[in-house]
Amino acid sequence: MKDLVQLTVNGEEHRIEVPPMKRLLDVLREDLHLTGTKEGCGEGECGACAVLMNGELVNSCLIPALQADGTKLCTIEGLSTEGRLHPIQQCFLENGGAQCGICTPGMILATHHLLDKYPAPTLEQIQEGLAGNLCRCTGYMRIFEAVQKTAEAQHAL
Amino acid sequence: MAERDNIVGTSPLRKEGRAKVLGKATYVDDLSLPGMWHGATVRSTIARGRIRAIHFAPEVDWSQYAIVRASDIPGENTIVHLTKDHPCLAAQEVNHPEEPILLLAHREKVALLAGVAGVQIEYDELPCVFTIEESEQAVANNDVERIVWEGSDFGGTANCFKQYLLYSGEASETEDGLAAAFEAADYIVEGEYHTGAQEQLYIEPNGVIAECEKDEQGNVVSVCVQGSMQCPYYLVHALTLVFNLPEEKCRVIQTETGGAFGGKEDFPSVIGSHAALLAMKCGHPVKMVYDRAEDMAATTKRHPSRTRHRTAVSKDGKLLACEIEIALDGGAYATLSPVVLSRATIHAPGPYKWPFVRVRAKAMATNLPPHGAFRGFGAPQSLFALERHMDKVARVVRLTPEELRRRNFLTTGDRTATGQLLNEPVDMQHLLARALEESDYYAKLARFGEENRGSAIKRGMGIAAFMHGSGFTGSGERRLNSVVQVELLPDGRPQVLVSSTEFGQGTNTILCQVAAQTLQIPYEQVVIAQPDTQLVPNSGPTVASRTAMIVGKLVERASTHLLDTLRSESNLPLNHAPEEFTKAALGYLAKHGSLRCSVRYEPVKPVEWNDELFHGDAYPAYAWAVYVAEVAVDLNTYGASVTRFDALQEVGRIMHPVLAKGQIEGGVAQAIGYALYEKCVWKDGRMMNNQMTNYIMPTSADLPAIHVHFEEVPCVHGPSGAKGIGELPMDGPAPAILNAIESATGLSFDTIPLLPEDIFEKVNGFTDTEHGGSGELDPDRLGEFPPEVNA
Repeated sequence: MKDLVQLTVNGEEHRIEVPPMKRLLDVLREDLHLTGTKEGCGEGECGACAVLMNGELVNSCLIPALQADGTKLCTIEGLSTEGRLHPIQQCFLENGGAQCGICTPGMILATHHLLDKYPAPTLEQIQEGLAGNLCRCTGYMRIFEAVQKTAEAQHAL
Repeated sequence: MAERDNIVGTSPLRKEGRAKVLGKATYVDDLSLPGMWHGATVRSTIARGRIRAIHFAPEVDWSQYAIVRASDIPGENTIVHLTKDHPCLAAQEVNHPEEPILLLAHREKVALLAGVAGVQIEYDELPCVFTIEESEQAVANNDVERIVWEGSDFGGTANCFKQYLLYSGEASETEDGLAAAFEAADYIVEGEYHTGAQEQLYIEPNGVIAECEKDEQGNVVSVCVQGSMQCPYYLVHALTLVFNLPEEKCRVIQTETGGAFGGKEDFPSVIGSHAALLAMKCGHPVKMVYDRAEDMAATTKRHPSRTRHRTAVSKDGKLLACEIEIALDGGAYATLSPVVLSRATIHAPGPYKWPFVRVRAKAMATNLPPHGAFRGFGAPQSLFALERHMDKVARVVRLTPEELRRRNFLTTGDRTATGQLLNEPVDMQHLLARALEESDYYAKLARFGEENRGSAIKRGMGIAAFMHGSGFTGSGERRLNSVVQVELLPDGRPQVLVSSTEFGQGTNTILCQVAAQTLQIPYEQVVIAQPDTQLVPNSGPTVASRTAMIVGKLVERASTHLLDTLRSESNLPLNHAPEEFTKAALGYLAKHGSLRCSVRYEPVKPVEWNDELFHGDAYPAYAWAVYVAEVAVDLNTYGASVTRFDALQEVGRIMHPVLAKGQIEGGVAQAIGYALYEKCVWKDGRMMNNQMTNYIMPTSADLPAIHVHFEEVPCVHGPSGAKGIGELPMDGPAPAILNAIESATGLSFDTIPLLPEDIFEKVNGFTDTEHGGSGELDPDRLGEFPPEVNA
């Protein structure tokens, strides 16, 4: 059984026929070939599959396709414009916020969500805001620095 | 070289960093090949037994599946490591839960669930051993039923994969010295320390895609496996045996790898061989990517350990002698246990001067899935024991922990326990002094001493002093015989060719820095090839803190070779500009077609090592460190947390400050998890909490500020003076944290992971003395320091 699902992903509208309970993660990766969204645990613990759905940070491994029907989604592929890095991406790159890179797309989207909420976050707000995204490489310190640098850069604008 | 040319020591952007932040880096699960099928593994549901029968459920359409059994293996049924005891697929017997028995492939991934569920296996169960103690008991009682491992061509005896006996000097002289020292000692201090298994928990699970080419008769001609891994040539070696093919017919390509930490050192040989067998059987490319639960339950973890110390010490705090006994739980097959045990043994006496040392070490077989490589590789276990024990010794002789260490540190010109002469500068005294200063140690101790009285939150400080050897042990680098090449691409840019892999640490970046600096061209101009065994030489495995120092040095030499060639053959002037390099390179290519410079490992200085006696130069160089943990223990919740961490180390020249900091911070974070959060719960040999939901690694909210400090002392063995850095930060935090908890509460814990329930039990008097707890709880002393601490 398949349902017609309409999604706006990174500004582009898609109508696709998928099983209604197919995970949004798989819809993005398999049907839309947006493989920047990663699977780390499949149970909503690690945040590697995090995307923005109507501006909220969600774990796409826990969202059935039907639930995403009619929503606006932003994945890592939607952050950069014409090959130009988004300031968050630039700051992650410069400050060592990405090591192995597998948590990076989710972490960057979580940062995006965090900075929307708190343009000048305290360290506690950063720690809390990223606590749903596990990183095994960095010990998070370079990530915190990347987030703070992004906030400073955006504040300076 | 002029100052302006210094590239090593700066922090250029990570080579593959742009692709990673864009989400464009390609990991194995992001790849799909035309006609690709998917693979899955049918695993043992019991810990040990004989396979009686295999039933295939009639409701499954098996004609749509490819099924591989042990009998389908064209070569040897083995995953080769040091020996061949580890089968690729269990044929008659299983020796641990989750042992692979059958492989299934199907064009639809979802069909695999029904396929795996549709295979029922009947067993005749056999008796098991699940702990070091049970395994020892079986040997002691000559309980043949519970001898779960017999020995191998590589050595080992019943239930014991390997034993080492390390003496600081000639055996009988050392025995005499030990006896005399224990006789003369003012104090003899004993302790027993335990560490648990730890899951690497890379965020990208193990995964590969395999292809297999057959001739008209259906014989396998070649195989190709690409995937997430640390050591492509290890997998090549495994495939040559499983398929009975020459090396050049087994091609292995590393794809972007989402974390490894040792967990993708030996295991890819298993999943890689499995996927290749399925590709052979079904005639399609086959992708195997484990889900998290399977990855956690079935793949390797850090070896659990038990370490006993017996120390002779004088009343003025001079260490006179030590006897150390280490036992590791190796799981069901030997895999890398002998090598892990070797590193545990050599690191056990730590950075101290011992007149007499004896270390006995053994790796025992149990019916758990085989334990394997994990950052630190045996050293975190033995250094946890040592550095907890040093605090215990200090207490007994009534010295502060730092003073006891100060009186016994190794220094330049001393010999280590293996007899290695420390002829490069070693200054532990300075490291300790600076670590105490950076962490504001004394002021904090005094403040906490005041504040702890009358507070349910007890705060404390703890230290650990340690070292970690860079590179393979002893003659290991000589045996690896690594090769590195640097070539010119058609556009004149140099390309580094190594099988050393990037999995987050920064291999690509630092090796390109070394090449750029040597060739005197911008970092951006240097390219590094994707590790593909058809294209890159074997520069050895990416393990053992060897990439920066050993492979880096080879890249430096190969680059020098290339530079010299361009100078002599293509008129490249001295102090050339980058454009002049390109011009000379293109000129050379126009004339000769290609240029590839190859170098092979040569020790910078002779390394003398005796494998039999376990004596000599254990490592070309050591990284040295003193770490300080600040903790808070909440006696309402019994939770302990680290509130600040200072990590000071001497790792030679820092090649890339941002990456170096990232390595230390990441290692400290993993080690905080090792000490306080990450517990593998076992039942009948099976991991019961094989999910991220119930195996708890630190999140961003759990970690304190980690302050990283470096002392830079250039080392002759590495490029521009660099040494190994990757494993060191895993070694020190756990003992520093438990030392700090003792400083905070007066409670002595000797087992990790240390969870709130363990603290609860001790505070409330349910001490498990069997596991080395001191048991000397005095509630009135909680949070107070012995007087000498504040002296």
